[in-house]
Amino acid sequence: MNKKIIATTSLAGCFGCHMSFLDIDERIFDLIELVEFNKSPIDDIKKFTKQVDIGIIEGGCCNSENIEILKAFRENCNILVSLGECAIMGGLPALRNGISIEECLEEAYIGGPTVQENTNKILPNDDELPMLLDKVYPCHEIVKIDYFLPGCAPRADLIWDALIALVTGNEMELPYEVVKFD
Amino acid sequence: MKNEIITITSKYQDDRHRLMDILIDIHDLYGYVSEADIELLSERLGMSEVEINETITFYHFFSRTPRGQFNIFLNNSITACMRGHDLVKKALEEACGTTFGSVSQDGMFGLYSTSCIGMNDQGPSAIINDKVFTNLTTYRVMKLVADLKSGKSPDEAIYESTGDGNNSDPYVRAMVFNNIRKRMVILDKDHIKFEVVRSLLKGHSPEEIIDIVENSNLRGRGGAGFPTGLKWHFGRRVESEHRVIICNADEGEPGTFKDRVLLTEFPDLVFEGMVIAAYATGADIGLVYLRYEYRYLYKFLNHILDKMRKEGLLGKNIAGIKEFNFDIRIQLGAGAYVCGEESALIESLEGKRGEPRDKPPFPVEKGYLNYPTIVNNVETLATTVRIVKNGADWFKGFGTKDSLGTKLLSVSGDCKFPGIYEVEWGTSIREVIEMSGADDVQAVQVGGPSGVMISVKDIDDLGTTELMKWYKPSGMMVAQKTFDRKLSYSDLPTGGSIMIFNNKRDLLKEVVMNFMDFFIEESCGSCSTCRNLPFIMKQKLQKILDGHGVRKDIDDLLSWGKIIKISRCGLGQTSANPIVSSILNFRYLYEQHVKAMADFDNVFDLEKSVEAANSFVGRKANFHHA
Ligand SMILES: Cc1cc2nc3c(=O)[nH]c(=O)nc-3n(C[C@H](O)[C@H](O)[C@H](O)COP(=O)(O)O)c2cc1C
Ligand code: SF4
Repeated sequence: MNKKIIATTSLAGCFGCHMSFLDIDERIFDLIELVEFNKSPIDDIKKFTKQVDIGIIEGGCCNSENIEILKAFRENCNILVSLGECAIMGGLPALRNGISIEECLEEAYIGGPTVQENTNKILPNDDELPMLLDKVYPCHEIVKIDYFLPGCAPRADLIWDALIALVTGNEMELPYEVVKFD
Repeated sequence: MKNEIITITSKYQDDRHRLMDILIDIHDLYGYVSEADIELLSERLGMSEVEINETITFYHFFSRTPRGQFNIFLNNSITACMRGHDLVKKALEEACGTTFGSVSQDGMFGLYSTSCIGMNDQGPSAIINDKVFTNLTTYRVMKLVADLKSGKSPDEAIYESTGDGNNSDPYVRAMVFNNIRKRMVILDKDHIKFEVVRSLLKGHSPEEIIDIVENSNLRGRGGAGFPTGLKWHFGRRVESEHRVIICNADEGEPGTFKDRVLLTEFPDLVFEGMVIAAYATGADIGLVYLRYEYRYLYKFLNHILDKMRKEGLLGKNIAGIKEFNFDIRIQLGAGAYVCGEESALIESLEGKRGEPRDKPPFPVEKGYLNYPTIVNNVETLATTVRIVKNGADWFKGFGTKDSLGTKLLSVSGDCKFPGIYEVEWGTSIREVIEMSGADDVQAVQVGGPSGVMISVKDIDDLGTTELMKWYKPSGMMVAQKTFDRKLSYSDLPTGGSIMIFNNKRDLLKEVVMNFMDFFIEESCGSCSTCRNLPFIMKQKLQKILDGHGVRKDIDDLLSWGKIIKISRCGLGQTSANPIVSSILNFRYLYEQHVKAMADFDNVFDLEKSVEAANSFVGRKANFHHA
């Protein structure tokens, strides 16, 4: 059997989903028998080098770079999975969605209680920096997402089961506790 | 100010359960409730300020900030929109010098939008300082506002005649019309008032009365269709010091106004029904929950209650029956559709936010102040009088095998004769269309926004099909629940609202969007499904209407419509019905808008979405286009 190729990324996330992924522990040896990693922080490949079977996205989109990467994932992956609360709903970063972007920047860089040394009141505006979006978007509002794996972070077993299902083409078992509403 | 508040709370014995009345009295005096009032109320009533704020903020007609000298609540239901609501709204803004949702600078006018006020057959209409103004046009608005500016009171500003029947009664004096178009047994003009209580009750034991009602198979007319006799039976069975009969006159489902007409023309019948229910169930406390929008009937109804007391039809040993003690109090609501749901209604009666309770226990076990409580619709109560008078068999002579008797329909929308039609169960939609003089009909909405929408094609198929089949909204709670199961039919309101739409109407853009706004506005917010999904579904529909829809969007809407069914009360459970039922019956309207070939379309515009941040930090957009 040809090994399936996997890519992963963390957009506006905290890498918690990736850590949870690593919680599959020694099963990673089994996994590596089944799959090959392409662009991913796990093997530190920065650019897609070939067409990928499964792309796993952690985090939603809060800036222009997130959008670019997500679009690249859509282009280069046959299947995209939104992993975790932030990718699916925006998560904690999306708490800023009810507040204007001006107010957020003001609080973070000028007036907030933890701002101590910005005497010149500089707002980050270097051309090299990604540009902030007006709000934080869940991934499926930017590109088509094929599967959603909820949780904050999703348990390692759930990630494992989902990956195995996608790689082997078998249906995944989804007991009530996994999909219940709240 | 302090003394006045104390006078008010003392009038209600500082009873926290009378918070609604207390707040209404305060509004009558000052137009709003101030911080200082809330502090004082908290002290007097032994409630926290938060609890008081919870109640105030729940209701449309309460406010914590000053409102105008004249507060104009313009109804925005779909039929009003079809008859020039937007023009009237604009005219009001111009004439009053302020925009909706705010008060004019001179403090004279406050403008507000409000959901259906029970005047669908004579919209657009508005409530101004508790008076109803119907059939508004741009011209009439100018005239009205000029009158108010010149110092006339809203009462004097009714420059035309008052309406028909009791609408012209000195206690009512409203510009409202009954528009009764078809009378059968309930709307019978020749009935003898209080005949049953005066002479028939004595000869029957309470159990016998329940038997008659049970044998008639009467089902509740408030929407859920629960067997009335059974409900009474349950209420009687529970041991308690007090028992309560509540008449549900909240009538909030957009498109219904038949309870308003019953209360105007047949209040005696409704109250007599309450007395009969009290006798049958052993209740001693009677409450009418009257929606605030019908406040113009308050004095009139109280006047009739007074007369009844004088005639020994309320109070002690009613109609000479030993130890039959019962009295009725009218409680005003304050503008919240969900308060029509019986447990929310009871919460509201106890002075709280109108949030539906978890069930069980059901109201017949633990209702108002935890006493067994029977909640019945206005029309249900009126009907029981006829049944007890004429017998169950007589009643069974009307209607069809499984739906007996007659039903009051509130017909509005695109037809020549909007108004009230009393018809037998079994009447087809086609007959209703013919009766009301509607032509070029595209769709008929049965049962209000929470009901189903049916198309002309369905109507043709209907032929002899019974109305009842359509009357049951598709979203009627969980389908497996049947009438035979006990106390499990807490449900949605479909009080016979019939709205007709002709072929000129854009069903999705005008009608469905309006209904979704209604649910979004009226959700009490307890359940995350009902709080969020209608909003998200409306956005999705907007996306489709904007030409960004794909087929998957239609499927998403249908599947979300299922999730919403887990909401606690009928409001949430039916809030997806406008979309779901229009997809099921008018799918082509959706298909027209969606892109057939694409399987994904986002509406996201990267350049636009970075504009705000870029301009704030002072940089130009720079897209790398990797
Ligand atoms: C959101 C909601 C609103 C309701 N509004 C009304 C109403 O305005 N009038 C009414 O009689 N019943 C209304 N009902 C139904 C009541 O809960 C209750 O079933 C009814 O008053 C019982 O009376 P009946 O058995 O005589 O119909 C509503 C239900 C829900 C879920
Ligand atoms: S369904 Fe909606 S209105 Fe009913 S209790 Fe839940 S949130 Fe409130």
